Amino acid sequence: MGSELFHSAKAALSVQTLIKPSWKKLAIFSFTPLFLATTSLTANAQEAVAAAPAADTAYIFNTLLFLIGGFLVMWMAAGFAMLEAGLVRSKNVSMQCLKNIALYSIAGLMYWLIGYNLMYTGVDGGYMGSFSFIYAMDPVGLDGADSAALLETGYSTASDWFFQMVFVATAASIVSGTLAERIKLWPFLLFVVFLTGFIYPIAGSWQWGGGWLSEMGFSDFAGSTLVHSVGGWAALTGAILLGARKGKYTANGVSPMPGSSIPLATLGTFILWLGWFGFNGASQLAMGTISDISDVSRIFVNTNMAAASGVVVTMILLQFMYKKVDVTMTLNGALAGLVAITAEPLAPTVAQAIFIGGIGGVIVVFTVPLLDKFKIDDVVGAIPVHLLAGIWGTFIVPLSNSGTSYGVQLIGIVSYAAFTIICSLIVWGIIKAVIGIRVSEEEELLGLDKAEIGVEAYPEFTSR
Amino acid sequence: MKLITAVIKPFRLDAVREALTALGVEGLTVTEVKGYGRQKGHTEIYRGAEYAIHFLPKLKLEIAVNGDVAPKAIEAITEAARTGQIGDGKIFVIDLEEVVRIRTGEKNADAL
Repeated sequence: MGSELFHSAKAALSVQTLIKPSWKKLAIFSFTPLFLATTSLTANAQEAVAAAPAADTAYIFNTLLFLIGGFLVMWMAAGFAMLEAGLVRSKNVSMQCLKNIALYSIAGLMYWLIGYNLMYTGVDGGYMGSFSFIYAMDPVGLDGADSAALLETGYSTASDWFFQMVFVATAASIVSGTLAERIKLWPFLLFVVFLTGFIYPIAGSWQWGGGWLSEMGFSDFAGSTLVHSVGGWAALTGAILLGARKGKYTANGVSPMPGSSIPLATLGTFILWLGWFGFNGASQLAMGTISDISDVSRIFVNTNMAAASGVVVTMILLQFMYKKVDVTMTLNGALAGLVAITAEPLAPTVAQAIFIGGIGGVIVVFTVPLLDKFKIDDVVGAIPVHLLAGIWGTFIVPLSNSGTSYGVQLIGIVSYAAFTIICSLIVWGIIKAVIGIRVSEEEELLGLDKAEIGVEAYPEFTSR
Repeated sequence: MKLITAVIKPFRLDAVREALTALGVEGLTVTEVKGYGRQKGHTEIYRGAEYAIHFLPKLKLEIAVNGDVAPKAIEAITEAARTGQIGDGKIFVIDLEEVVRIRTGEKNADAL
Protein backbone atom coordinates (compact mmCIF):
# COMPACT_ATOMS: atom_id res chain seq x y z
CA MET A 1 0.00 0.00 0.00
CA GLY A 2 2.78 2.37 0.86
CA SER A 3 4.22 1.92 -2.59
CA GLU A 4 0.97 2.85 -4.28
CA LEU A 5 0.62 5.90 -2.12
CA PHE A 6 4.12 6.87 -2.96
CA HIS A 7 3.45 6.47 -6.64
CA SER A 8 0.50 8.81 -6.40
CA ALA A 9 2.47 11.23 -4.36
CA LYS A 10 5.25 11.04 -6.90
CA ALA A 11 2.75 11.71 -9.67
CA ALA A 12 1.59 14.78 -7.83
CA LEU A 13 5.14 15.87 -7.24
CA SER A 14 5.99 15.56 -10.87
CA VAL A 15 3.10 17.84 -11.71
CA GLN A 16 3.94 20.35 -9.06
CA THR A 17 7.59 20.62 -9.89
CA LEU A 18 7.98 24.21 -8.91
CA ILE A 19 6.69 23.73 -5.39
CA LYS A 20 9.02 22.26 -2.78
CA PRO A 21 6.81 19.61 -1.20
CA SER A 22 6.89 18.19 2.26
CA TRP A 23 6.27 14.47 2.13
CA LYS A 24 3.97 14.59 5.15
CA LYS A 25 1.72 17.12 3.43
CA LEU A 26 1.49 14.95 0.34
CA ALA A 27 0.87 11.81 2.36
CA ILE A 28 -2.05 13.45 4.12
CA PHE A 29 -3.60 14.69 0.90
CA SER A 30 -3.13 11.35 -0.80
CA PHE A 31 -5.59 9.67 1.50
CA THR A 32 -8.41 11.23 -0.42
CA PRO A 33 -9.54 9.63 -3.71
CA LEU A 34 -10.21 13.11 -4.96
CA PHE A 35 -6.58 14.07 -4.71
CA LEU A 36 -5.63 10.96 -6.57
CA ALA A 37 -8.22 11.55 -9.22
CA THR A 38 -7.23 15.13 -9.94
CA THR A 39 -3.56 14.97 -8.84
CA SER A 40 -3.93 18.47 -7.53
CA LEU A 41 -3.23 19.89 -4.10
CA THR A 42 -6.41 21.99 -4.01
CA ALA A 43 -9.29 19.73 -2.92
CA ASN A 44 -12.79 20.72 -1.88
CA ALA A 45 -16.17 18.99 -1.40
CA GLN A 46 -17.82 20.14 -4.62
CA GLU A 47 -14.86 19.00 -6.64
CA ALA A 48 -15.10 15.68 -4.77
CA VAL A 49 -18.66 15.09 -6.06
CA ALA A 50 -17.91 16.25 -9.60
CA ALA A 51 -14.66 14.27 -9.78
CA ALA A 52 -16.01 10.91 -8.55
CA PRO A 53 -16.71 9.61 -12.12
CA ALA A 54 -13.31 10.91 -13.09
CA ALA A 55 -11.67 8.41 -10.74
CA ASP A 56 -12.59 5.55 -13.08
CA THR A 57 -11.38 7.45 -16.12
CA ALA A 58 -8.17 8.48 -14.42
CA TYR A 59 -7.56 4.87 -13.39
CA ILE A 60 -8.02 3.70 -16.95
CA PHE A 61 -5.83 6.37 -18.48
CA ASN A 62 -3.09 6.00 -15.88
CA THR A 63 -3.05 2.26 -16.43
CA LEU A 64 -2.99 2.79 -20.17
CA LEU A 65 0.01 5.08 -19.85
CA PHE A 66 1.88 2.38 -17.93
CA LEU A 67 0.96 -0.27 -20.47
CA ILE A 68 1.92 1.77 -23.52
CA GLY A 69 5.01 3.22 -21.89
CA GLY A 70 5.84 -0.27 -20.69
CA PHE A 71 5.83 -1.92 -24.08
CA LEU A 72 7.74 1.01 -25.56
CA VAL A 73 10.46 0.47 -22.97
CA MET A 74 10.31 -3.28 -23.62
CA TRP A 75 11.04 -2.43 -27.24
CA MET A 76 14.21 -0.71 -26.06
CA ALA A 77 15.50 -4.21 -25.37
CA ALA A 78 15.39 -4.75 -29.14
CA GLY A 79 17.14 -1.42 -29.56
CA PHE A 80 19.98 -2.43 -27.27
CA ALA A 81 20.22 -5.82 -28.97
CA MET A 82 20.56 -4.27 -32.42
CA LEU A 83 22.91 -1.50 -31.31
CA GLU A 84 25.21 -3.97 -29.61
CA ALA A 85 24.97 -6.53 -32.42
CA GLY A 86 25.99 -3.84 -34.87
CA LEU A 87 28.95 -2.64 -32.83
CA VAL A 88 30.56 -6.02 -32.12
CA ARG A 89 32.50 -7.99 -34.70
CA SER A 90 30.70 -10.62 -36.82
CA LYS A 91 32.14 -13.50 -34.86
CA ASN A 92 30.42 -12.31 -31.69
CA VAL A 93 27.02 -11.18 -32.95
CA SER A 94 25.05 -14.31 -32.04
CA MET A 95 26.34 -14.08 -28.50
CA GLN A 96 25.33 -10.45 -28.19
CA CYS A 97 21.81 -11.23 -29.42
CA LEU A 98 21.54 -14.16 -27.05
CA LYS A 99 22.76 -12.11 -24.07
CA ASN A 100 20.21 -9.42 -24.75
CA ILE A 101 17.17 -11.62 -25.02
CA ALA A 102 18.36 -13.61 -22.01
CA LEU A 103 18.93 -10.64 -19.76
CA TYR A 104 15.56 -9.14 -20.60
CA SER A 105 13.90 -12.40 -19.63
CA ILE A 106 15.91 -12.88 -16.44
CA ALA A 107 15.15 -9.33 -15.39
CA GLY A 108 11.43 -9.98 -15.62
CA LEU A 109 11.62 -13.19 -13.67
CA MET A 110 13.84 -11.82 -10.92
CA TYR A 111 11.76 -8.67 -10.57
CA TRP A 112 8.61 -10.70 -10.09
CA LEU A 113 10.32 -13.13 -7.75
CA ILE A 114 12.06 -10.65 -5.45
CA GLY A 115 12.84 -7.34 -7.05
CA TYR A 116 9.58 -5.42 -6.95
CA ASN A 117 8.94 -6.09 -3.27
CA LEU A 118 12.53 -5.23 -2.42
CA MET A 119 12.09 -1.92 -4.22
CA TYR A 120 8.59 -0.79 -3.33
CA THR A 121 7.04 -2.71 -0.44
CA GLY A 122 7.40 -1.19 2.97
CA VAL A 123 10.34 1.11 2.28
CA ASP A 124 9.02 4.02 4.37
CA GLY A 125 12.02 6.28 4.18
CA GLY A 126 14.42 3.44 4.78
CA TYR A 127 17.15 1.74 2.80
CA MET A 128 15.23 -1.12 1.21
CA GLY A 129 11.86 -2.76 0.84
CA SER A 130 10.91 -6.20 2.02
CA PHE A 131 12.33 -9.61 1.18
CA SER A 132 9.14 -11.36 0.18
CA PHE A 133 8.86 -13.72 -2.73
CA ILE A 134 6.53 -13.22 -5.66
CA TYR A 135 4.48 -10.17 -6.46
CA ALA A 136 0.79 -10.83 -6.94
CA MET A 137 -1.29 -9.17 -9.66
CA ASP A 138 -4.97 -8.20 -9.43
CA PRO A 139 -7.38 -11.14 -9.89
CA VAL A 140 -9.16 -11.77 -13.20
CA GLY A 141 -11.97 -9.29 -13.77
CA LEU A 142 -11.04 -7.74 -10.42
CA ASP A 143 -13.18 -10.54 -8.96
CA GLY A 144 -12.96 -10.47 -5.19
CA ALA A 145 -10.65 -7.48 -5.19
CA ASP A 146 -11.25 -4.37 -3.16
CA SER A 147 -12.18 -2.15 -6.09
CA ALA A 148 -12.40 0.97 -4.01
CA ALA A 149 -8.90 0.48 -2.69
CA LEU A 150 -7.63 -0.29 -6.17
CA LEU A 151 -9.22 2.81 -7.59
CA GLU A 152 -7.47 4.80 -4.89
CA THR A 153 -4.09 3.70 -6.13
CA GLY A 154 -4.96 5.16 -9.52
CA TYR A 155 -3.78 2.29 -11.73
CA SER A 156 -3.84 -1.49 -12.03
CA THR A 157 -1.28 -3.51 -10.09
CA ALA A 158 -0.05 -5.39 -13.13
CA SER A 159 0.45 -2.24 -15.20
CA ASP A 160 2.56 -0.71 -12.46
CA TRP A 161 4.62 -3.88 -12.05
CA PHE A 162 5.07 -4.21 -15.82
CA PHE A 163 6.20 -0.64 -16.22
CA GLN A 164 8.72 -0.91 -13.39
CA MET A 165 9.97 -4.27 -14.65
CA VAL A 166 11.01 -3.00 -18.08
CA PHE A 167 13.17 -0.38 -16.37
CA VAL A 168 15.16 -3.07 -14.55
CA ALA A 169 15.72 -4.79 -17.86
CA THR A 170 17.09 -1.54 -19.32
CA ALA A 171 19.65 -1.26 -16.53
CA ALA A 172 20.82 -4.81 -17.15
CA SER A 173 21.24 -4.30 -20.90
CA ILE A 174 23.64 -1.43 -20.29
CA VAL A 175 26.09 -3.89 -18.79
CA SER A 176 26.04 -6.31 -21.72
CA GLY A 177 27.28 -3.74 -24.22
CA THR A 178 30.40 -2.73 -22.32
CA LEU A 179 31.50 -6.27 -21.56
CA ALA A 180 30.93 -7.70 -25.04
CA GLU A 181 33.27 -9.99 -26.98
CA ARG A 182 35.16 -11.51 -24.06
CA ILE A 183 32.78 -12.38 -21.22
CA LYS A 184 31.40 -15.87 -20.64
CA LEU A 185 27.66 -16.25 -21.13
CA TRP A 186 26.50 -17.87 -17.88
CA PRO A 187 28.69 -15.90 -15.46
CA PHE A 188 27.36 -12.74 -17.11
CA LEU A 189 23.77 -13.89 -16.70
CA LEU A 190 24.51 -14.80 -13.10
CA PHE A 191 25.54 -11.21 -12.52
CA VAL A 192 22.29 -10.09 -14.14
CA VAL A 193 20.39 -12.22 -11.64
CA PHE A 194 21.95 -10.27 -8.78
CA LEU A 195 21.70 -6.92 -10.52
CA THR A 196 17.99 -7.29 -11.27
CA GLY A 197 17.00 -9.16 -8.14
CA PHE A 198 18.96 -7.17 -5.57
CA ILE A 199 21.26 -4.33 -6.57
CA TYR A 200 18.86 -2.34 -8.75
CA PRO A 201 15.81 -2.88 -6.50
CA ILE A 202 17.58 -1.86 -3.31
CA ALA A 203 19.09 1.17 -5.02
CA GLY A 204 15.73 2.05 -6.54
CA SER A 205 13.96 1.79 -3.21
CA TRP A 206 15.95 4.76 -1.95
CA GLN A 207 14.18 7.03 -4.38
CA TRP A 208 11.16 5.69 -6.22
CA GLY A 209 10.32 3.27 -3.43
CA GLY A 210 9.96 6.17 -1.03
CA GLY A 211 13.26 5.68 0.72
CA TRP A 212 15.74 7.98 2.41
CA LEU A 213 16.94 9.80 -0.70
CA SER A 214 13.45 10.75 -1.78
CA GLU A 215 12.80 12.09 1.71
CA MET A 216 15.92 14.20 1.33
CA GLY A 217 14.53 15.76 -1.83
CA PHE A 218 16.64 13.94 -4.41
CA SER A 219 15.02 13.96 -7.82
CA ASP A 220 15.35 11.51 -10.68
CA PHE A 221 12.24 11.64 -12.81
CA ALA A 222 12.75 8.66 -15.08
CA GLY A 223 16.06 7.18 -14.06
CA SER A 224 19.23 8.97 -15.21
CA THR A 225 20.72 7.74 -11.96
CA LEU A 226 18.55 4.84 -10.88
CA VAL A 227 18.67 3.08 -14.22
CA HIS A 228 21.45 4.54 -16.34
CA SER A 229 24.17 5.26 -13.88
CA VAL A 230 23.45 2.11 -11.85
CA GLY A 231 23.83 0.12 -15.05
CA GLY A 232 26.86 2.22 -15.91
CA TRP A 233 28.65 1.65 -12.59
CA ALA A 234 27.99 -2.09 -12.83
CA ALA A 235 29.39 -2.02 -16.36
CA LEU A 236 32.46 -0.02 -15.38
CA THR A 237 33.24 -2.29 -12.46
CA GLY A 238 32.82 -5.32 -14.69
CA ALA A 239 35.02 -3.84 -17.39
CA ILE A 240 37.84 -3.21 -14.94
CA LEU A 241 37.65 -6.71 -13.49
CA LEU A 242 37.22 -8.34 -16.89
CA GLY A 243 40.03 -6.57 -18.67
CA ALA A 244 40.22 -5.30 -22.21
CA ARG A 245 39.85 -7.39 -25.34
CA LYS A 246 43.07 -9.02 -26.42
CA GLY A 247 44.87 -6.77 -28.85
CA LYS A 248 42.80 -3.64 -28.18
CA TYR A 249 45.59 -1.85 -26.32
CA THR A 250 49.03 -2.53 -27.78
CA ALA A 251 52.48 -1.05 -27.40
CA ASN A 252 51.67 1.15 -30.39
CA GLY A 253 48.48 2.50 -28.91
CA VAL A 254 44.82 1.71 -29.43
CA SER A 255 43.89 -0.87 -32.05
CA PRO A 256 40.22 -0.33 -32.89
CA MET A 257 37.92 -3.26 -33.54
CA PRO A 258 35.16 -1.92 -35.80
CA GLY A 259 31.66 -3.27 -35.49
CA SER A 260 30.00 -5.53 -37.99
CA SER A 261 26.90 -3.61 -39.00
CA ILE A 262 26.39 0.13 -38.97
CA PRO A 263 22.78 -0.22 -40.20
CA LEU A 264 21.92 -2.46 -37.24
CA ALA A 265 23.60 -0.06 -34.86
CA THR A 266 21.65 2.84 -36.35
CA LEU A 267 18.39 0.94 -36.28
CA GLY A 268 19.05 0.06 -32.67
CA THR A 269 19.59 3.70 -31.80
CA PHE A 270 16.37 4.78 -33.47
CA ILE A 271 14.49 2.01 -31.66
CA LEU A 272 15.93 3.25 -28.37
CA TRP A 273 14.93 6.81 -29.24
CA LEU A 274 11.37 5.65 -29.88
CA GLY A 275 11.27 3.59 -26.71
CA TRP A 276 12.48 6.56 -24.70
CA PHE A 277 9.18 8.34 -25.26
CA GLY A 278 7.74 5.58 -23.12
CA PHE A 279 10.69 5.62 -20.73
CA ASN A 280 10.35 9.33 -19.97
CA GLY A 281 6.76 10.01 -20.98
CA ALA A 282 5.15 7.31 -18.93
CA SER A 283 7.27 8.24 -15.92
CA GLN A 284 4.74 11.00 -15.43
CA LEU A 285 2.83 8.09 -13.89
CA ALA A 286 -0.52 9.68 -14.63
CA MET A 287 -2.55 10.54 -17.73
CA GLY A 288 -6.04 11.03 -16.34
CA THR A 289 -6.19 14.81 -16.30
CA ILE A 290 -5.56 17.44 -18.92
CA SER A 291 -2.64 18.67 -16.87
CA ASP A 292 -1.04 15.25 -16.79
CA ILE A 293 -1.44 14.43 -20.43
CA SER A 294 -0.15 17.86 -21.29
CA ASP A 295 2.90 17.08 -19.19
CA VAL A 296 3.39 13.77 -21.00
CA SER A 297 3.35 15.70 -24.28
CA ARG A 298 5.89 18.15 -22.97
CA ILE A 299 8.09 15.27 -21.89
CA PHE A 300 7.91 13.76 -25.40
CA VAL A 301 9.11 17.05 -26.89
CA ASN A 302 11.94 17.59 -24.41
CA THR A 303 13.06 14.00 -24.81
CA ASN A 304 13.21 14.36 -28.57
CA MET A 305 14.99 17.69 -28.54
CA ALA A 306 17.63 16.50 -26.08
CA ALA A 307 18.45 13.56 -28.34
CA ALA A 308 18.53 15.75 -31.43
CA SER A 309 20.82 18.16 -29.68
CA GLY A 310 23.11 15.31 -28.61
CA VAL A 311 23.41 14.23 -32.25
CA VAL A 312 24.17 17.66 -33.69
CA VAL A 313 26.62 18.70 -30.98
CA THR A 314 28.47 15.41 -31.36
CA MET A 315 28.68 15.80 -35.12
CA ILE A 316 29.96 19.38 -34.94
CA LEU A 317 32.60 18.48 -32.35
CA LEU A 318 33.73 15.43 -34.33
CA GLN A 319 34.03 17.46 -37.52
CA PHE A 320 36.20 20.03 -35.79
CA MET A 321 38.33 17.59 -33.84
CA TYR A 322 38.81 14.79 -36.35
CA LYS A 323 37.68 16.27 -39.69
CA LYS A 324 35.47 13.20 -39.96
CA VAL A 325 32.09 12.51 -38.41
CA ASP A 326 32.13 9.07 -36.77
CA VAL A 327 28.66 7.58 -37.16
CA THR A 328 29.03 5.32 -34.12
CA MET A 329 29.90 8.24 -31.83
CA THR A 330 27.01 10.18 -33.30
CA LEU A 331 24.67 7.35 -32.38
CA ASN A 332 26.16 7.49 -28.90
CA GLY A 333 25.53 11.24 -28.87
CA ALA A 334 21.80 10.74 -29.45
CA LEU A 335 21.62 8.29 -26.57
CA ALA A 336 23.68 10.49 -24.28
CA GLY A 337 21.24 13.30 -24.92
CA LEU A 338 18.38 10.99 -24.04
CA VAL A 339 20.04 9.79 -20.86
CA ALA A 340 20.86 13.32 -19.79
CA ILE A 341 17.27 14.55 -20.09
CA THR A 342 15.90 11.49 -18.33
CA ALA A 343 16.46 12.88 -14.83
CA GLU A 344 14.16 15.81 -15.56
CA PRO A 345 12.32 15.68 -18.86
CA LEU A 346 9.28 17.69 -17.73
CA ALA A 347 10.43 20.93 -16.18
CA PRO A 348 12.98 22.23 -18.69
CA THR A 349 12.04 24.53 -21.49
CA VAL A 350 12.90 23.21 -24.94
CA ALA A 351 15.97 25.45 -24.94
CA GLN A 352 17.11 23.97 -21.65
CA ALA A 353 16.47 20.45 -22.93
CA ILE A 354 18.62 21.24 -25.97
CA PHE A 355 21.38 22.47 -23.67
CA ILE A 356 21.16 19.43 -21.40
CA GLY A 357 21.15 16.98 -24.31
CA GLY A 358 23.92 18.84 -26.08
CA ILE A 359 26.26 18.49 -23.14
CA GLY A 360 25.54 14.76 -23.32
CA GLY A 361 27.03 14.89 -26.81
CA VAL A 362 30.10 16.72 -25.50
CA ILE A 363 30.54 14.07 -22.84
CA VAL A 364 30.56 11.29 -25.44
CA VAL A 365 33.12 12.96 -27.68
CA PHE A 366 35.60 13.55 -24.88
CA THR A 367 35.15 10.52 -22.68
CA VAL A 368 35.17 7.74 -25.29
CA PRO A 369 38.88 8.34 -26.01
CA LEU A 370 39.46 9.00 -22.33
CA LEU A 371 38.38 5.49 -21.39
CA ASP A 372 40.88 4.15 -23.89
CA LYS A 373 43.60 6.17 -22.16
CA PHE A 374 42.74 4.30 -18.97
CA LYS A 375 42.67 1.03 -20.93
CA ILE A 376 39.03 0.46 -20.01
CA ASP A 377 37.57 -1.35 -23.00
CA ASP A 378 33.96 -0.30 -23.45
CA VAL A 379 32.86 -1.89 -26.71
CA VAL A 380 29.75 0.23 -27.35
CA GLY A 381 30.41 3.40 -25.36
CA ALA A 382 27.89 2.54 -22.67
CA ILE A 383 29.96 4.13 -19.92
CA PRO A 384 30.06 7.59 -21.50
CA VAL A 385 26.44 7.36 -22.61
CA HIS A 386 24.78 5.89 -19.55
CA LEU A 387 27.07 6.47 -16.60
CA LEU A 388 28.61 9.85 -17.35
CA ALA A 389 25.66 11.42 -19.16
CA GLY A 390 23.46 9.98 -16.42
CA ILE A 391 25.50 11.75 -13.75
CA TRP A 392 25.33 14.99 -15.74
CA GLY A 393 21.60 14.71 -16.24
CA THR A 394 21.01 14.05 -12.56
CA PHE A 395 23.26 16.87 -11.48
CA ILE A 396 21.66 19.52 -13.71
CA VAL A 397 18.08 18.86 -12.53
CA PRO A 398 17.99 21.99 -10.31
CA LEU A 399 18.57 24.15 -13.39
CA SER A 400 14.94 23.70 -14.34
CA ASN A 401 13.43 22.21 -11.20
CA SER A 402 13.53 24.72 -8.38
CA GLY A 403 12.28 22.15 -5.90
CA THR A 404 15.66 20.43 -5.90
CA SER A 405 19.20 21.36 -4.94
CA TYR A 406 22.59 20.64 -6.43
CA GLY A 407 23.83 19.50 -3.05
CA VAL A 408 21.18 16.82 -2.63
CA GLN A 409 21.56 15.73 -6.23
CA LEU A 410 25.27 15.23 -5.57
CA ILE A 411 24.55 13.26 -2.42
CA GLY A 412 22.33 10.99 -4.45
CA ILE A 413 24.87 10.60 -7.25
CA VAL A 414 27.65 9.71 -4.81
CA SER A 415 25.46 7.35 -2.78
CA TYR A 416 24.40 5.43 -5.85
CA ALA A 417 27.99 5.30 -7.01
CA ALA A 418 29.26 3.92 -3.74
CA PHE A 419 26.48 1.38 -3.36
CA THR A 420 26.56 0.10 -6.92
CA ILE A 421 30.34 -0.06 -7.14
CA ILE A 422 30.66 -1.96 -3.87
CA CYS A 423 27.86 -4.41 -4.67
CA SER A 424 29.10 -4.94 -8.21
CA LEU A 425 32.66 -5.49 -7.04
CA ILE A 426 31.47 -8.12 -4.61
CA VAL A 427 29.27 -9.95 -7.09
CA TRP A 428 31.72 -9.77 -10.00
CA GLY A 429 34.55 -10.64 -7.66
CA ILE A 430 32.88 -13.75 -6.32
CA ILE A 431 31.78 -14.93 -9.74
CA LYS A 432 35.27 -14.32 -11.12
CA ALA A 433 36.91 -16.20 -8.27
CA VAL A 434 34.53 -19.15 -8.31
CA ILE A 435 33.78 -19.82 -11.98
CA GLY A 436 35.69 -17.16 -13.90
CA ILE A 437 34.13 -14.50 -16.07
CA ARG A 438 36.40 -14.33 -19.10
CA VAL A 439 36.65 -16.76 -22.01
CA SER A 440 40.04 -18.25 -22.87
CA GLU A 441 42.28 -16.45 -25.32
CA GLU A 442 41.61 -19.10 -27.95
CA GLU A 443 37.87 -18.73 -27.57
CA GLU A 444 38.15 -14.96 -27.74
CA LEU A 445 40.06 -15.20 -31.02
CA LEU A 446 37.75 -17.84 -32.45
CA GLY A 447 34.71 -15.75 -31.60
CA LEU A 448 32.08 -16.37 -28.96
CA ASP A 449 29.50 -17.46 -31.55
CA LYS A 450 31.57 -20.52 -32.34
CA ALA A 451 33.03 -20.98 -28.88
CA GLU A 452 29.93 -20.85 -26.66
CA ILE A 453 26.88 -20.93 -28.88
CA GLY A 454 27.71 -23.02 -31.93
CA VAL A 455 25.66 -20.76 -34.18
CA GLU A 456 27.42 -18.21 -36.37
CA ALA A 457 25.57 -14.97 -36.98
CA TYR A 458 27.00 -14.69 -40.48
CA PRO A 459 27.96 -18.17 -41.66
CA GLU A 460 30.33 -17.64 -44.53
CA PHE A 461 30.41 -19.65 -47.68
CA THR A 462 29.25 -23.21 -47.05
CA SER A 463 29.28 -26.14 -49.38
CA ARG A 464 25.48 -26.53 -49.36
CA MET B 1 61.45 -13.19 -58.57
CA LYS B 2 59.22 -15.24 -56.35
CA LEU B 3 55.53 -15.21 -55.48
CA ILE B 4 55.17 -16.20 -51.84
CA THR B 5 51.75 -17.44 -50.78
CA ALA B 6 51.29 -17.80 -47.04
CA VAL B 7 48.19 -19.21 -45.34
CA ILE B 8 48.19 -18.05 -41.73
CA LYS B 9 45.97 -17.74 -38.68
CA PRO B 10 44.00 -14.47 -39.00
CA PHE B 11 45.19 -12.88 -35.77
CA ARG B 12 48.84 -13.15 -36.83
CA LEU B 13 48.34 -10.75 -39.75
CA ASP B 14 49.60 -7.62 -38.00
CA ALA B 15 52.73 -9.36 -36.76
CA VAL B 16 53.50 -10.72 -40.24
CA ARG B 17 52.89 -7.34 -41.86
CA GLU B 18 55.24 -5.61 -39.43
CA ALA B 19 57.93 -8.22 -39.92
CA LEU B 20 57.74 -7.83 -43.71
CA THR B 21 57.77 -4.05 -43.53
CA ALA B 22 60.93 -4.23 -41.41
CA LEU B 23 62.52 -6.20 -44.25
CA GLY B 24 61.65 -3.58 -46.80
CA VAL B 25 58.90 -5.57 -48.47
CA GLU B 26 56.36 -2.95 -49.45
CA GLY B 27 53.43 -4.76 -50.98
CA LEU B 28 51.00 -7.36 -49.71
CA THR B 29 47.65 -8.79 -50.80
CA VAL B 30 45.31 -10.48 -48.31
CA THR B 31 42.27 -12.67 -48.86
CA GLU B 32 39.98 -14.31 -46.35
CA VAL B 33 39.91 -18.04 -46.95
CA LYS B 34 38.88 -21.25 -45.25
CA GLY B 35 41.08 -24.25 -45.09
CA TYR B 36 42.49 -27.14 -43.15
CA GLY B 37 45.69 -29.11 -43.03
CA ARG B 38 46.29 -31.41 -40.12
CA GLN B 39 44.16 -29.16 -37.95
CA LYS B 40 40.83 -30.83 -38.41
CA GLY B 41 37.59 -29.01 -37.72
CA HIS B 42 35.05 -30.17 -35.18
CA THR B 43 31.35 -31.04 -34.87
CA GLU B 44 28.68 -28.49 -34.13
CA ILE B 45 24.94 -28.61 -33.38
CA TYR B 46 22.39 -26.42 -35.11
CA ARG B 47 18.82 -26.63 -33.85
CA GLY B 48 19.35 -30.16 -32.59
CA ALA B 49 21.20 -31.52 -35.61
CA GLU B 50 24.91 -32.32 -35.55
CA TYR B 51 27.12 -31.39 -38.44
CA ALA B 52 30.84 -31.40 -39.12
CA ILE B 53 32.85 -28.26 -39.66
CA HIS B 54 35.92 -29.18 -41.66
CA PHE B 55 37.21 -25.75 -42.65
CA LEU B 56 38.71 -23.11 -40.43
CA PRO B 57 39.04 -19.41 -41.22
CA LYS B 58 42.51 -18.40 -42.36
CA LEU B 59 44.11 -15.53 -44.20
CA LYS B 60 46.01 -15.97 -47.44
CA LEU B 61 48.83 -13.52 -48.09
CA GLU B 62 50.47 -13.03 -51.45
CA ILE B 63 53.80 -11.25 -51.64
CA ALA B 64 56.00 -10.72 -54.69
CA VAL B 65 59.71 -10.37 -53.88
CA ASN B 66 63.07 -10.46 -55.55
CA GLY B 67 64.86 -13.80 -55.46
CA ASP B 68 67.48 -12.60 -52.99
CA VAL B 69 64.88 -11.29 -50.53
CA ALA B 70 62.76 -14.43 -50.68
CA PRO B 71 64.55 -16.55 -48.07
CA LYS B 72 64.55 -13.69 -45.57
CA ALA B 73 60.88 -13.02 -46.25
CA ILE B 74 59.97 -16.65 -45.74
CA GLU B 75 61.83 -16.70 -42.46
CA ALA B 76 60.18 -13.49 -41.33
CA ILE B 77 56.71 -14.78 -42.14
CA THR B 78 57.39 -18.09 -40.42
CA GLU B 79 58.62 -16.43 -37.23
CA ALA B 80 55.77 -13.92 -37.11
CA ALA B 81 52.97 -16.35 -37.93
CA ARG B 82 54.06 -19.19 -35.68
CA THR B 83 52.14 -19.80 -32.45
CA GLY B 84 53.29 -23.37 -31.86
CA GLN B 85 49.68 -24.57 -31.91
CA ILE B 86 48.39 -26.81 -34.66
CA GLY B 87 46.93 -24.85 -37.59
CA ASP B 88 49.69 -22.22 -37.93
CA GLY B 89 49.58 -22.56 -41.70
CA LYS B 90 51.87 -23.06 -44.68
CA ILE B 91 54.01 -21.08 -47.09
CA PHE B 92 54.14 -21.85 -50.82
CA VAL B 93 56.76 -20.34 -53.09
CA ILE B 94 56.56 -20.25 -56.88
CA ASP B 95 58.63 -18.61 -59.55
CA LEU B 96 57.29 -15.31 -60.76
CA GLU B 97 57.68 -14.66 -64.48
CA GLU B 98 56.89 -10.99 -64.76
CA VAL B 99 55.79 -8.08 -62.62
CA VAL B 100 54.37 -4.73 -63.89
CA ARG B 101 53.60 -1.58 -61.92
CA ILE B 102 50.43 -0.35 -63.52
CA ARG B 103 50.83 3.37 -62.82
CA THR B 104 54.28 3.76 -64.34
CA GLY B 105 54.72 0.67 -66.52
CA GLU B 106 57.90 -0.29 -64.63
CA LYS B 107 58.72 -3.95 -64.91
CA ASN B 108 60.15 -6.73 -62.82
CA ALA B 109 62.77 -5.65 -60.29
CA ASP B 110 61.79 -1.98 -60.75
CA ALA B 111 58.21 -2.86 -59.97
CA LEU B 112 58.94 -4.54 -56.64
